[in-house]
Amino acid sequence: MTDTASINKHEATRVKPLVEIQGVHKLFGDHHVLKGIDMTVRQGEVSVIIGPSGSGKSTLLRCINLLETISAGRIYVHDDLIGFRDVNGKLHDLNTKQIAAQRREIGMVFQRFNLFPHKTALQNVIEAPTQVKRQSKAAAKLKALELLEMVGLSDRANFYPAQLSGGQQQRVAIARALAMEPELMLFDEPTSALDPELVGDVLEVMKNLAKSGMTMIVVTHEIGFAREVGDTLTFMDAGVVVESGNPRDIIANPQHHRTQEFLSRVL
Amino acid sequence: MSRLASRRTSHGPGAELELIDAVPVRHPWRWVGAAVILLVLILVIQSMTTNPKFYWGTFRTYLFDVLVIQGVGWTLILTVTSMIIAIVLAILLAFMRQSDNPLFRYVSWVWVWFFRGTPVYTQLLFWGSVGALYPKIIVGVPFGPELFSWDTATVINATVGAIVGLGLNESAYLAEIFRAGLKSVDNGQMEAAEALGMRRSKVMWRIILPQAMRVIIPPTGNETIGMLKTTSLVLAVPFTLDLTFVTNALASRTFLPIPLLMVAAFWYLVITSVLMVGQFYIERHFGKGVDNVTKAPVKATAAVAAAHAKPIDPADGTTEGGKP
Repeated sequence: MTDTASINKHEATRVKPLVEIQGVHKLFGDHHVLKGIDMTVRQGEVSVIIGPSGSGKSTLLRCINLLETISAGRIYVHDDLIGFRDVNGKLHDLNTKQIAAQRREIGMVFQRFNLFPHKTALQNVIEAPTQVKRQSKAAAKLKALELLEMVGLSDRANFYPAQLSGGQQQRVAIARALAMEPELMLFDEPTSALDPELVGDVLEVMKNLAKSGMTMIVVTHEIGFAREVGDTLTFMDAGVVVESGNPRDIIANPQHHRTQEFLSRVL
Repeated sequence: MSRLASRRTSHGPGAELELIDAVPVRHPWRWVGAAVILLVLILVIQSMTTNPKFYWGTFRTYLFDVLVIQGVGWTLILTVTSMIIAIVLAILLAFMRQSDNPLFRYVSWVWVWFFRGTPVYTQLLFWGSVGALYPKIIVGVPFGPELFSWDTATVINATVGAIVGLGLNESAYLAEIFRAGLKSVDNGQMEAAEALGMRRSKVMWRIILPQAMRVIIPPTGNETIGMLKTTSLVLAVPFTLDLTFVTNALASRTFLPIPLLMVAAFWYLVITSVLMVGQFYIERHFGKGVDNVTKAPVKATAAVAAAHAKPIDPADGTTEGGKP
């Protein structure tokens, strides 16, 4: 796993927070989805977010890479203010080029994989490196084959997404995100659309990624994964963080009654 | 009406599996229907061949007449060039319509509103008379000195007028087809590509449009075949070399309209058939990865064999990208 270990190039700044979410609100019209979220994710940390559907956990994730724009608060990734430029205390929207640049540092894995169906697994993985980073096709291909090997799919490189199982598609999607060498990976319920027997392979890949030192924010219903791999666990409900801390402590001994109630239903 | 051959096959060690050999449902009325259609067909052919008023001799004389073949050529040129102009404009208009920039959206909307809202015949008449409206095309500083000028009649001759007139009109219809195609692509595709740091224009061109082409091509084929027939309106410009005009002229010269209509119909059918073959291959190209994909073999070794057997080499630039 030396190739992914090299992705984590900020060992020296391990204590410094990579992601800082400060008082974030999100409104869709009158619908108040996020109501003041504070959260910190340090370099190399695996931060797991759980909560009932509609709690705003996916929205929070989507705000970090600008698939949604926040209504109030601040999000910093690597000291970069996400989505805005601060000019003497007044925020200015970033232009599309600047937004694209910020997104390059953040990989995202979706619940529904969202692989490009007209491209093979390998073409999916090399698309962004060749088109965005302007890498040569040969170099991108070499790297892509390494990544596909890492997710256990080197023999599927020339298959189209429709020829792959859900679990395989999701692992290609992870390889595709990693190909841009992001410093942060966001997982939006990566196993929720999978048949139960396919979940394990995807979680295994994520576990190895965590071991290699990748900073990860994972929205999931897999409590086992949270307990085993998570450095912190955040329980969200109705747009607020109800409880946050060591995953093993929270799962074994939830403090808040809403956390207790949720865990009793999913465990 | 095939029946599964009755056979026994071994299944696993020592086990015998008896395959179902069911009698299929019979459809006697299909045979009756086929017989009726065949009879009608024979009657039609018999009546056409024996009726002297079709003048098949004249039909044969003019089928490969130089003027007619030239007419076919011009009709093809008008169809292909005006469709190319229309497709390029339609992609642009559809992208503009989806843009964040309100200026682009409004311009695109007004363009479609105008060119779809006025008759193509009127537009062709306009392009024919633009030389009378503006005798000179002048490039210069607005309200200032002129730098270059051309005679409009030499720049916009009948051919250019016909092609531009047909192309601009068609672009409005195609723009809506392309817009529908772009909208048919799942939103997750845009999100996934944007999350990778791709710029929106790149996402549209490389991710969204190639997938939209599956939806866009059948109605665009329809429009192309429609355009083939619409070219007969170019006499409004007036452009007088296309197939319909030529066969009409020959008909009035020979006083035999029926065989020359048959000549025109024959060639329109031939061109349509060729276009349909082209459409088949274009559809197959843009359907890759979605239509007719076989499920991957389960065994890894078999998968490797299949991957090698099927030459989909991503290094080969022609297999990817979305150039329509």
